[in-house]
Amino acid sequence: MSTAVYERIRKNPKFDELVTKRSRFAWLLTALVLGIYFVFIMVVAFNPTLLATPIWEGGKASIAWPIGASMILLFWLMTGLYIRRANGEFDDINSEIIKGAIE
Amino acid sequence: MTRGMLKFATAALAVGWMGLAMAAPDVGTAEKQALNIHAIVMFFIFVMMTLGITYWAAQRTKTASDYYSAGGGITGTQNGLAIAGDYMSAATLLGLTSLTYFQGFDGYIYCICFYVGWPFIMFIMAERLRNLGKFTFADITSYRLDQRQVRTIAAIGSLTVVVFYLIAQMVGAGQLIKLLFGLDYWIAVVIVGVLMVVYVTFGGMIATTWVQIIKACLLLGGGTLVMLLAFAKFGFNFETLASQAVANSKKGIALMGPGSLLADPVTAVSLSLGLMFGTAGLPHILMRFFTVPNAKEARKSVFIATLCVGFFFTVVAIMGLAAVTIVGTNPQYFEGGQLGGKLLGGNNMPAMHLAHAVGGNMMLGFLSAVAFATILAVVSGLALAGASAISHDLYANVIRKGQATEAEEVRVSKSSSLILGVLAVLLGIAFERQNVAFMVGLAFGVAASCNFPVLILSMYWKGLTTRGAIWGSIAGLVSAVLIVVLSKAVWVSVLGNKEPIFPYEQPALFSMPLAFFMAWLGSVTDGSARAAKEKEAFEDQYVRAQTGFGSAGAAAH
Repeated sequence: MSTAVYERIRKNPKFDELVTKRSRFAWLLTALVLGIYFVFIMVVAFNPTLLATPIWEGGKASIAWPIGASMILLFWLMTGLYIRRANGEFDDINSEIIKGAIE
Repeated sequence: MTRGMLKFATAALAVGWMGLAMAAPDVGTAEKQALNIHAIVMFFIFVMMTLGITYWAAQRTKTASDYYSAGGGITGTQNGLAIAGDYMSAATLLGLTSLTYFQGFDGYIYCICFYVGWPFIMFIMAERLRNLGKFTFADITSYRLDQRQVRTIAAIGSLTVVVFYLIAQMVGAGQLIKLLFGLDYWIAVVIVGVLMVVYVTFGGMIATTWVQIIKACLLLGGGTLVMLLAFAKFGFNFETLASQAVANSKKGIALMGPGSLLADPVTAVSLSLGLMFGTAGLPHILMRFFTVPNAKEARKSVFIATLCVGFFFTVVAIMGLAAVTIVGTNPQYFEGGQLGGKLLGGNNMPAMHLAHAVGGNMMLGFLSAVAFATILAVVSGLALAGASAISHDLYANVIRKGQATEAEEVRVSKSSSLILGVLAVLLGIAFERQNVAFMVGLAFGVAASCNFPVLILSMYWKGLTTRGAIWGSIAGLVSAVLIVVLSKAVWVSVLGNKEPIFPYEQPALFSMPLAFFMAWLGSVTDGSARAAKEKEAFEDQYVRAQTGFGSAGAAAH
């Protein structure tokens, strides 16, 4: 691919818009996932008994299990959130940029 | 006691994770069982089906792109299942069920640690991998750097990972099959080796992908079925399941919270780093991103893979808890009928015993066949990644300097997969009585320290130069290998010394930052004209990474 075309894409203000929007969104989600995960690991390390709290008064099943399952579910939903925007909104801008560049 | 448990947990994890050996303590001690006809028949059906697919795939494999990346014609959903297939090994099923059976919630924590790498791959890597890559991940790292040097070191990193991982899988396969099918160890290893070479040589990436997809569906389906049958015995009531598990386990209420897992935070952090970033540096997983037509489908693959992996881990955790009551209170699953004694077949057997308890011999046979199929699929992916590193990176781009024809390149790849197959069988037999648990740690450590840092820097950091990439890769490779060799796993357990020289068994926490640092240092002190050009070339690479403009395969589909 010729450098001239890449140059043209780079100069397109839409390219900056795409990169800024998508990177900001991706890093935000990454920070959320890592943050939640880190908090979880810290609780595991420093306050394990908290996670062993029973779900129901007098019961044995602990809140640890539903918390773990919710984390797995939440992280998956977040990947879903990302591709919703990336495969829709962001890819629309992207195809516009490419169309503009090869014309 | 705590130390012992931690050791067990770490070992079970490191091992279990990779399909390795269904828990190291059992390697070499697995006893040959009576011939399991159900399992053999079902496995035979699987093999016939996959050979049929290989024949079909061989007809469609014409170009190098067909061979390495299925012509970029795999859909996101299919690739997602295949990635999940690469990721979920037999030992995910056996090792993690066992870990939950013995340790309770700690087993689920391990699952979460394995899982958390996936959202990361989605947000940070998936689209750039697809937009920049072609056949191997070295296509990305060498994109604007010196082809020969960077590809050579990337191929060394890939092959190190592939060979150690293959040995671990081979030994695991032999032991597992001896145990589940009642076949001799060497027969099992030869069967795995031959089928692997057939899939890869004749069917290339198309066949490997479909073997992976079928295996993923079987594993998900089989695991879910056993889980549902077991959960039904507790009326699908989690409280009933948990309270009976507590009543029937030696650990009692301790099953319900975190236990000894993080007793040693350094090991725990190092392990989870290695798993998370090692996954993002495994050559056979990275290759899967090049089989889809564009970044959109690459993202979809990760979405599907994340769903499958997360779901399966949860299934496995419920199986482990259910097994505490269903298997743990049934004397027929213990040696000499001694409740609470040694489990028949060893510590990795709760999943298999559970299948037998809820579905009889038929279900046990089915799950055994699934486990065998799983190993087969994983080794095929590995062999293809190894063969590609030899043919595409070393042969075509380093030795022939890009002058080789596609046909020559594919021919070299096919002979390489044959050589890798023979090597894997010989090493598998040679290591029969060895404890190979450390090899899995080594494979992940090298992937996280040698492959991953340079890959991520090449995509994100303009300043990376050839010298930096080489320094970083070598530092990561050497330090990861050294740490594993000097740690207890090799220095004490294999070489028979008294005290380990290095106190921690998981290298990633130390070797990964070192690799990043050396890559940085090598780059910023590189004032050559070549380095300046390489930095300049980042601009074009950046546009392609972001937009996919000019990426391989995108135009043709």
